[in-house]
Amino acid sequence: MLRIEGLTKNFGELCAVNRCSFEVAQGAIQGLIGPNGSGKTTVFNLITGFYQVTSGKTFYKGRDITGLPAYAISQAGIARTFQLVRVFRRMTVLENLLTGPKEQAGERLLPGLLHTPRVHRQELEQLDRAWDLLTVVGMARMANEICGNLPYAELKMVEITRALMSDPELILLDEPASGINPTLVNQILDYIRKLREERGKTFLVVEHDMRVIMNLCDRIVVLNYGEKIAEGTPAEIARDRGVIDAYLGV
Amino acid sequence: MLETGLIVHLLVVITIYGILALSLNLIIGMTGLFTMGHAAFFGIGAYASAILTKLGVPWFFSMLAGVVLAALVAFLIGIPTLRLVGDYLAVVTMGLGEIMRAIFKNWISVTRGPMGLPGIPHASIFGINFNTAEKFLILSTICLAIVFIIAELIIHSPFGRVLKGIREDETASQALGKNTYRFKMISFVVGCGMAGMAGSLYAHYINYIDPTSFVMWLTFFIILIIMLGGLGNNVGALAATTVFVLLREGLRFVKLPEGLNPAALQQLIFGLLLIAVTIFLPRGLIPERKVVYPRKSGGSDDAQN
Amino acid sequence: MEILAQLLINGLIAGGTYALAAIGYSMVYGALKFINFAHGSVAMVGAYFVFGLAIGRLHMPLVPAVVLSMLLTALMGVIIERVAYRPLRGAPKLAPLTTAIAVSFVLDALVMIVAGADIKTFSLPTQRGYEIGSIFITPVQIIIIVVSVIAMACVYVLMNRTKLGKAIRAVADDANLAEVTGMDSDLVISAVFAVGSALAALAGALIGLDTNLQPTMGFNITVKAFAAVVLGGLGSVPGAIVGGFLIGVAENLGVWFIPPVWKDTIAYGILILMLFLKPSGIFGKKEEAAATVL
Repeated sequence: MLRIEGLTKNFGELCAVNRCSFEVAQGAIQGLIGPNGSGKTTVFNLITGFYQVTSGKTFYKGRDITGLPAYAISQAGIARTFQLVRVFRRMTVLENLLTGPKEQAGERLLPGLLHTPRVHRQELEQLDRAWDLLTVVGMARMANEICGNLPYAELKMVEITRALMSDPELILLDEPASGINPTLVNQILDYIRKLREERGKTFLVVEHDMRVIMNLCDRIVVLNYGEKIAEGTPAEIARDRGVIDAYLGV
Repeated sequence: MLETGLIVHLLVVITIYGILALSLNLIIGMTGLFTMGHAAFFGIGAYASAILTKLGVPWFFSMLAGVVLAALVAFLIGIPTLRLVGDYLAVVTMGLGEIMRAIFKNWISVTRGPMGLPGIPHASIFGINFNTAEKFLILSTICLAIVFIIAELIIHSPFGRVLKGIREDETASQALGKNTYRFKMISFVVGCGMAGMAGSLYAHYINYIDPTSFVMWLTFFIILIIMLGGLGNNVGALAATTVFVLLREGLRFVKLPEGLNPAALQQLIFGLLLIAVTIFLPRGLIPERKVVYPRKSGGSDDAQN
Repeated sequence: MEILAQLLINGLIAGGTYALAAIGYSMVYGALKFINFAHGSVAMVGAYFVFGLAIGRLHMPLVPAVVLSMLLTALMGVIIERVAYRPLRGAPKLAPLTTAIAVSFVLDALVMIVAGADIKTFSLPTQRGYEIGSIFITPVQIIIIVVSVIAMACVYVLMNRTKLGKAIRAVADDANLAEVTGMDSDLVISAVFAVGSALAALAGALIGLDTNLQPTMGFNITVKAFAAVVLGGLGSVPGAIVGGFLIGVAENLGVWFIPPVWKDTIAYGILILMLFLKPSGIFGKKEEAAATVL
């Protein structure tokens, strides 16, 4: 589904990511871990087009998407969340979700202005889907709340749900469990597994919490200082000398 | 200038400024693009319309030309600037304002420079000549209504929703697949075009324009209006327009100590007011209305509160 | 050919003043990622302070007047930051931009009210200029160049050799990190505004000496300083200096080709042109300028 080859990113003299390569199979839940500053979020930003690669390529479903602008990559079917939640705070939860779907007819000026029958129909469909999603994750009662008034954990769910509204095939989650209490974390993990089982979605998850990663992922890629140092199943990674050193060493 | 009583005059001014406020609200209030050059587009519309009508082109088409020209200039300025951080747009539009003013002042063969363009023909459509203030008020109110309707339709459309998203967080909007550059450009061009329309109305009401009408102070005044009226709230913008036009008029009658420059005093007061508003009332007096969606039919539990 | 050389010198003189103004701009942007629109008006106030002190009732000699003005303006800059910008630290970008514009209008209005809207000149006793080769230069102009260069050298020393300079650069790089290491970033920011405003005052005074004073000069300085900063690269102080000189030279050489009434628009034109070609400027980093900020 996703393949990166030799991704490298230099910020001036600082090399943040150095010749990173790995694959994510379709339907996999894959983890991307590493100590602080190892380049995980940078890799995300490179894949999703928010940073320009210094060298290397990204392939999505066989197609070279390197260098495409961020919005085009999103339109291709890759959704992402951010390390520090980026929700539209002055808009309600529902409004946020309604910005999610791709190719909304109403997003063109004239059809939107005139509220054509097609726009009207789409709005109702999207609204239904949004309510359904919110009910599934148990957030229906705050659907019309302004996001700015909600606690951080709820905002994380809003961001994830909003990303799902575009019906992506590949979802990149940047630290979905950070800043949330364990019960809620489990709910999120269950939800991710469910999405994979029932809808065939693929996930690439950056996470700091080792238990979450070990619990959740089929495969794990480990970065350190911008380079891939290990790749394998949770069991293999747990035994890997290099990984242990990276985390324990200074 | 059309002969008129004070009330009608003020109402006309309110409608013209109202269009400026609504158009700026679209750009700044809804999309979050900080433009400092609105007076320039106001001026482009005014001069284009004035020059063309003096050459015999019917008013309606001259006004249209003013709108298109303003929109075109906005587009050209937008191409490099809308891809960059917001600060760039702010200063570039400021510079554009000054460039336009220099053009108005120095391109004497076309604009007659500081002497201005007197004797601008009255607006007229289908033979109806808007040569009294009362008649003009009808015309300008219709234009205001059209702009208001368009602005409201935009706010309530999915297109408007994306604009708000861009205002809130452009990065997140991009991550959702929105080509934010395109949305920003459309918003900017439409808003500046509307300012051009206001400019044309102004020119054909006062029947005389010169470069001093299109200074940055005007832009600042409109910004103050929409900040107080509530960014993103069109009704608030119109209410604030009324208040400030009346306030400014009222200030004319205040007895000032000898030698005190009234324009400077106005600038001082309104400047301090804007600082206060930005710090203490960042959402303006009338904040944006919350968009509430009803539960779909057949929903069981939670009622929407 | 001689005329070109003369224009070049005039350009360097003007450019030096723009460079001084641009430094303060660049420093504030570096520290707060915020474009201080009021900067030009601050420069203007500085110029008027000098005028008031030297030509007004106190009849101070020029040099102490300039120094005192720099101190007063530095204080004013710190106060403005405290009152108008600090409360808006967390707010969306729109807020401080709006306030800055408002501040510039307030300053312009105050100057107009206090000093009047007429054009003022320093009317120094007409001195005989020197002729170097075919170039004509007055002592005042020489002083302007010398002072500009000295000021820039001082800024260099400040930024690179002193503790304060290090602190400023740290805060400019990453304010949160700086706080964590125990730096009082509020203090550093006040220092940035103080230094920037003092430089602005000096720039304003020099511009006033070179040309004249009017309440509208603030706005002009703001846009030209921004043009210089964009040309040199947002966030780069050396870039701001280079940009300033380039703008000054371009302006003055430009009137060789186009009618003088368009002189001011040259700077604006360069600004817009740069945005088409290389928005990050000569020394800037590409990612700094892009719209999506991560």
